[in-house]
This record gives sequence, C-alpha cells and structure tokens, in this order.
Amino acid sequence: MDKIKRAKGKFPGIWIIILIIILIYIGSSTFYTIGVDEVGVIQRFGRYITPPRPPGLHFKLPRGIEKVTKVKVRFVYKEEFGFRTIQAGVRTRYASGSAYLNESLMLTGDLNVAVVPWIVQYRINDPYNYLFKVHNVRATLRDLAESTMRLVVGDRSINEVISKREEIAVQTEGLLQKELDEAETGIRVTTIEMKKTNVPEPVQSSFNEVNQAVQEKEKMIYQAREEYNKLIPKARGQAEKTVKSAEGYALDRVNRAKGDASRFLAQYEEYAKAKDVTRRRLYLEALSEIFPKLGSTYIIDSEQENFLPLLNLGQPKGGEK
Amino acid sequence: MKVKAIIIIVIILIIALFAAAYVVDETEQVVITQFGKAVGEPKKDPGLYFKIPWFQKANYFPKNLQEWDGDPGQVPTLDKTFIYVDTFARWKIVDPLEFFRTVNNVVGALGRLDDIIDSAVRNFITSYPLIETVRKTNRELDTFELGIDQVKDTSPLGEVSLGRGKITKGILDQAQPKLADFGIELVDVKIKRLNYVEQVRQSVYGRMIAERNQIAEKFRSEGEGEARKIEGDRERDLKQITSEAYRKAQEIKGKADAEATQIYAQAFGEDPDFYSFIQTLDIYKEAMGKESSIILSTDSEFLKYFKGYDGAR
Repeated sequence: MDKIKRAKGKFPGIWIIILIIILIYIGSSTFYTIGVDEVGVIQRFGRYITPPRPPGLHFKLPRGIEKVTKVKVRFVYKEEFGFRTIQAGVRTRYASGSAYLNESLMLTGDLNVAVVPWIVQYRINDPYNYLFKVHNVRATLRDLAESTMRLVVGDRSINEVISKREEIAVQTEGLLQKELDEAETGIRVTTIEMKKTNVPEPVQSSFNEVNQAVQEKEKMIYQAREEYNKLIPKARGQAEKTVKSAEGYALDRVNRAKGDASRFLAQYEEYAKAKDVTRRRLYLEALSEIFPKLGSTYIIDSEQENFLPLLNLGQPKGGEK
Repeated sequence: MKVKAIIIIVIILIIALFAAAYVVDETEQVVITQFGKAVGEPKKDPGLYFKIPWFQKANYFPKNLQEWDGDPGQVPTLDKTFIYVDTFARWKIVDPLEFFRTVNNVVGALGRLDDIIDSAVRNFITSYPLIETVRKTNRELDTFELGIDQVKDTSPLGEVSLGRGKITKGILDQAQPKLADFGIELVDVKIKRLNYVEQVRQSVYGRMIAERNQIAEKFRSEGEGEARKIEGDRERDLKQITSEAYRKAQEIKGKADAEATQIYAQAFGEDPDFYSFIQTLDIYKEAMGKESSIILSTDSEFLKYFKGYDGAR
C-alpha cells in the first residue's frame, strides 16, 4: 500500500493522462464521416435536428448530447418473396422449395392456387420517417407486400396470374406504395418484379398438357392441309389433261371426217363420169388385192349340197393343202 | 477541509443532475411514476427532461408504429372450406398513461391484441363465403384461353358483395373499440396469407387438374374436327375437279362426233350406193387375210368366168 501511495506521489502526471484519455473519448465522438450513399440524421437529446447531413466530414456535440445515425438513402434494398438468393453471380442460385412456398402460395380469384414469387426493390426516401415512425420497417414492408400481392392476385384468374405478370406487378406497386406512404415508412418502392409465376407442382403437368394439346391441334390441322395440298393441285392437272386430250380427240375426229369426205367426194366425182366401168374396176382391184392374201380358198359347185363334212375347217394351216 | 467539502457537494450535485435528467427519443414517450404511481402528463415530445432524482422513475413506451402478427389459424368459412388465415396488424400507443395502467408493457399489449384481433378475424371469416375474403372487387375475371373459342366458366363462384377490403375494415371496426380501453389505437388489420388447409388443397389440385384436362381434350377434339373438315373439303374438291373435267371432255367429244357425223352425212349423201360399195370393198380388204378361208360357190359373181368365158349362163 505504501508503495502505491508513494508511486502516486511520485507521478502526479497520472491525473493528466486520465484527463487526456477522457478528452480523447469525448473528442472522438465530435466528428464523423458520412459516406457517399448516406445521409446523417442528427438527434440532440433525442430530438431530430434538421436537415440531414450530406456526405463528408462533420462535427457535432459529444456523445450523450448529439447522436448521429447513418441512413443509406441511395442504396437499393431488395426483399425476396417465395425464394431466397443463395449466391448471386453469373449463375445465380436460388433456394426455393417448400421452405418459402408459404410466401408464394396464394389463392386466385377463381379459387385456384398459384405460386407467385416476386421481389421488391426499395430505397429510403425519407430518413426521418424511416427511423422514427415505424418500429420495424423491414417487417412492415414484408407484411404489406405479401398482403398487397395477395389482394391483387385474389382479384385475378389463374390464367391472368400466369400470363399478365407485368400488369400485376404494376398494380401491386401502386397499391403497396400507397400503403407504405400511409404507414409513414419513408420507403419508396423502385421496382416490383415478378419471378416465374406458376401453378403448384402437382398441377403443372396438367397445365403443360393443355399446351401440348394446343400443339397437337395445330399439328392435326397442318397434316390435313398437307394431304389436301398434296392431292388437289395434282387433280387439277389431271383434269386439265382430260380436257386437253378430249380436245385432241375432237380435232382428230373432225379432221378425219373432213379427210374422208374429201377423199370420197374426189372419188365420186370421177366415178360419176363413168359409173359402170369404174365400179367393175374397183371391184376387181379389190379382189386382186384380197385373194393373194387369203389362207385357203375352196371352190364348191353350186349343185353340191352339204359339203361341210368334207372340209377340215379350223385345222392349222399347212403348206400341204 | 473546506475545499474537500465543496468537492463532495459538487460531486453529489453532478450525480443528482445525471439522475434527474432523462432523454426522450423521437420514437419514445415517457410516463413518470413516483413510487409506482403516475405523475404528471406523459412526455410525448423528444428532448431533454428532468425529474426528481431517485424518487421518480421514467417509464419508456414506444411512440412509433408497432407490428402485431396473428397466429395462423385454421378457420372454416361460411361455405365450410377450411382455410389458414395469417393476419397482421399495426398499432400504436396513443395514451401511454392508460397503456401503463392497463397492460404495463408491450408484451402485455400483444397478448391482448392476440385475444381481441384473432377472435374478430374468426368472427368475420366464418360469417362469409371464401370468395368474399379472397377477392376485393367483382372485377370480371379473364378466363379466356389462348386459341380456344371461349371456355364458358361455369364454376359457381358467386358474387362478391363485400370483398377483402370491407372484411378487414369490419375486423378493424370490431376490434378497435375494445383496444381503445388500453390506450391503443389499432391502425389497420390486414390478411397476410390465406390458404387452403392441406386436405382441401389436395382436392382443389384435383379440381384444377380435371379442369385443365377438360380444356386439353377440347383442344384435341377441335383439332380432330378441323382436320376432318379439311379432309371433307379435300374429298369434295377432288370429286368436283375430276367430274367437271369429265363433263367438259365428254362435251367436247360429243360436239366433235356430231360435227364429224354431219360432215360424213353431207359427203356420203351425194351417192349412198357408191359409198356403201367402196366402203364394203375397203372392209373386205381389211378384214380378209392369211387367217381367213373363203368358200366360193361356182354360182358366185367372181367365178362366173371360171366355168366358161361366155359369162352368161
């Protein structure tokens, strides 16, 4: 004990050191820096002092009197519903599945069930409201976003939920912003983006089947058209051919008739000059032409009756006859 | 000795000052109590305040908007569908004095909110059909299927007379007066999640699948019908084309035949006898050949000189 007392007496500078430490402690809390995407909200004895401090180095009254809270006003925050990003990157991985399904599973207006995952991006546009008006802004935002999305989806059919995502996003954004303003959260929604809306897993295959059926329908129609296109132009050509060949026949027939007629008339003209002689000549000419060609000739006396048995008609023609 | 006494007095004063001063934050309000009894008006504005040190105590209450999350419970609707309803509400302490007297702190308040809001939610959900809670308006739903002629939606969804907005408003109106006694203002009550319970969900899935299958079948049979129609067109067009061609061809041929007949008649009419004479000779020439045998009677004109040169018999 004596030693300590003696030490104290020897070094009065210890008081100075303590004083300096206290001064440094107080002094270090009299300046602060605000980052480029932030503003500093100052409270003196708990009361908010306007205006918020811009980025840069600033001074304030020491700890216990003034307090600074930094709010990132330019940063875009993101809330995910129905899934979570595990690892953002070139190929972002998501965690979905049953764990977050409760967030995205909702009833549609036609009492069907849809899976609607989405994200909300927002900025803090009023640091005062953001810090002081609502106890837990993030929870409030999540609750309001879920409730608003369900309100919008609840007034749409399952088809609309799947096909008109943009419309849903726009309407939800408007309603959600109104709610957030009313609740004085100091938040501005920048985007609501719908992820892939779908029907629940067990129902998906039947929805795909409808798409497949649409394809099948088209296919059947195209096949029928194909068959039509294969046959009809061919048939038209065939018809054309039939008509043309009939025309050919007609020309042939008429020309032949004309030819025959001319020949006959020419012959007749000569014949008329010497009827009897010409007649005989023509007859004999014909016979002389015919007889050499004939296979066999039989000559029967006019008195002879019943000569047929004598002949061996129908036998192959031979040279011995 | 004198200096020492002064130092002690100053130190005591400083300590007393620190004990007397208290800060009310922007998010807080304070009720001062003296031996457990509230004294004076609650301090709602932020800033630096003083109280009697040691004898008085500052009780802090939040002034900003508080959240309350309902317990998701299984509730039957009027049409006997069991659903899970997850509600949330936002509230704030408007009368900290009353709040302090009745529920003491936030945890106590949340218990009261559970009792009052949950029962109000149940009351309302069970008194209306499901559709009233799900939908907001009577907006025309677009159930139009891409490429289908219009599936007539016959599911009896019913009319929406209230809608979710009015139902949550009703819940709020029912719960609010009961909470006013606790110095609490209920700002709003909203339905966060609404879902079928598991068994109902399965049967709803079944219904959705059946509905889709029916639509798929409709597409298929439409395709089939369309294809048959085209096939029919094909058959008809084919028949039409060939028969028209046949008709035209026959007409042309007939006309040609007629013309030929007329030409022949005109020419041969000059001397029908001569015509039949030379025509017959021509036919003989053509018809008779190696294959033919001829039996001539000595009576025939041809052999009239064969029997004798006289010729006259």
